[in-house]
Amino acid sequence: MNWFKLASPAAFYPFAGRLIPRFGLAALVLVLIGFDWGFFLTSDQLGGSNPQKEYYRIIFVHVPAAWMSMWLYLVLAAWSAIGLVFNTRLSFMMAKAVAPTGAIFTFLALWTGALWGRPSWGTYWDWDPRLTSELLLFFLYIGYIALHSAIDDTRRADRAAALLAIVGLVMVPVIFLSINCPDPTQCASLHQRSDPGSIHLSILIPMLSMTLGFWAYSFAAVFARLRTIILTREADSAWAREVIAQEART
Amino acid sequence: MFRVFYCVLARDITLAMRRRTDVLTTLFFFVIVVSLFPLGVGSEREQLRLLGPGVVWVAALLASMLALERLFAADYDDGTLEQLLLTGQPLAVLVLGKVVAHWLLTGLPLVLIAPLVAMQYHLSPPAIWVMMAALAIGTPVLSLIGAIGAALTLGLRGGGILLSLLILPLYVPVLVYGAGAVSVSAIDIADTEPYLSLLSAFLLGASLLAPLAAAAALRISLE
Amino acid sequence: MLDVTDLACRRGERDLFSGLGFQLPARTLLHVRGRNGSGKTSLLRVLCGLLRPDAGSIRWRGENIRELAEDYHRDLLYFGHLNGLKADLTGLENLRIASTLDQAPVDEDAIIEALARIGLEGFEDLPTRMLSQGQKKRVALARLILSKAPLWILDEPFTALDVDAVEFLQQLISAQVADGGSVVLTTHQEVPLTRGAIQRLTLGETVDDLDAATPAAH
Repeated sequence: MNWFKLASPAAFYPFAGRLIPRFGLAALVLVLIGFDWGFFLTSDQLGGSNPQKEYYRIIFVHVPAAWMSMWLYLVLAAWSAIGLVFNTRLSFMMAKAVAPTGAIFTFLALWTGALWGRPSWGTYWDWDPRLTSELLLFFLYIGYIALHSAIDDTRRADRAAALLAIVGLVMVPVIFLSINCPDPTQCASLHQRSDPGSIHLSILIPMLSMTLGFWAYSFAAVFARLRTIILTREADSAWAREVIAQEART
Repeated sequence: MFRVFYCVLARDITLAMRRRTDVLTTLFFFVIVVSLFPLGVGSEREQLRLLGPGVVWVAALLASMLALERLFAADYDDGTLEQLLLTGQPLAVLVLGKVVAHWLLTGLPLVLIAPLVAMQYHLSPPAIWVMMAALAIGTPVLSLIGAIGAALTLGLRGGGILLSLLILPLYVPVLVYGAGAVSVSAIDIADTEPYLSLLSAFLLGASLLAPLAAAAALRISLE
Repeated sequence: MLDVTDLACRRGERDLFSGLGFQLPARTLLHVRGRNGSGKTSLLRVLCGLLRPDAGSIRWRGENIRELAEDYHRDLLYFGHLNGLKADLTGLENLRIASTLDQAPVDEDAIIEALARIGLEGFEDLPTRMLSQGQKKRVALARLILSKAPLWILDEPFTALDVDAVEFLQQLISAQVADGGSVVLTTHQEVPLTRGAIQRLTLGETVDDLDAATPAAH
């Protein structure tokens, strides 16, 4: 398969169309496995005699969502950079399609964080460094989306928002540093630090299944959004008209 | 190269001196915002002393951002910005000239008036010195980062609100360490050193990178 | 000197021109014509490097203007729809700053003389916001007198000028072409040249009514 051919919107459109149902199905299966395992099979007696409270199971959604939110921002910035450097239209469309999904996961991480915080810390919102970082990330996503939609000219919108995403990416480590270590001589966090090796398997597996499910969902959602963007932007090209005419017939 | 930098700097300062009210509005905005807080949260001295650093910094953030909206807008409207892009000079140098002028006109006055507003919050003399130092290092960073946002939102409807949405999250590190330095100075003045070093590092990084990013943003916005 | 091949430009959802190519040697004037909205201004902005074309390349003295970047801009004088004057600065100050930024600083006497030649004697020290529309345009056009750039790109330079000023500008353009420079301009006026060649380019025409003698776009 010639991968470079896929860089053209006309070739990518049907390709993405074929992949959406597969990713959608994979997402459904993986998320269901994650839910079932994490909510019913994983015991509440892990590692020691100290039983966990039932609400800890929220981490099976919270942690994968937080991972996805950060990873997708990286994806957003990467496509933006590729677009600016190589001037490829599809990269900008990809970046634009990723942003809402990233924002949704960021919001999900914040929401589940609040639900976790209520029973464990006694408050929906605490200025916990990682939650605050997540909030700032949410603002960065919102900024990208707002700037893109405020500019009428698509080319300027693409390029300006791309530049903003890259500036955001450069600033993210500094922002996270300042939130995690407001005192530069010592850093602290309400979250416990644990290394991945010490996580119990029956926690790790549903969490990974959930993460993969979120991945598959992201692919499906981003591709679906991308197809709409491609069709809107290529509306006056011959192939797009054909596609639209076909859709109208069926 | 220094000559064009100086030329842009002198031009913007001359222009501002012919319209002094613009400079004064930023300054008074800062003073008013700072003065409103005690009316809202109560005037208990101990509480104000705790809130002071954060309030002054947030007000500085807002004042700097409000003024940024005009950084490129006037030049954009009369076509001089287009000419600046075509001068045959590195655009980043011209942008840096404009940002330095902008800081001298809007940032420096905030630094100078800081002791006055700090007294409203009963800050101790050492804390006032630290606040001036932190503002002197931190506000140029705000102008530099803000220039990117100002360039990106050039000529857009509702550009001002949009600018704040894009830029305020990026101001967080300066806010945290700027206010942190002042708070810590109440305990031990020697503790402020790491804060001020970090702010200086930000200033160095921002003055290298921000003009380049802002220049790229201007080219995109003027297409 | 200016070599344009296969240029294409889209604005928004509309194709302005595509497959546009021409060469502009020294001592030549290129007169770009076309209806309103046919892409004249966009073409000029593309030629300046302000606007990125969707396809094609522009070479100046054999090198791509994207790579030349600032070096190209040093050889270029662009005159757009906006005069590019600061209203709070005087004509003298405006021109002094413009020439310093173009890295061809000229002394005050030269600027005063240029302003006098374009008919603004005695107005040097007035902020340009106090001048009339036509006078502002004259101040902006005084840059042409001071400029040593070999390539001028002028977008509608004749609008808002009175008869005397139009004639003076025509002389300036002729002199630039005669001195070995090149000029690209959009206008509805004819520009009589004393020496040198005129090329015409018409944008936005269909192939049917294409003038055979013009290197045209479609």
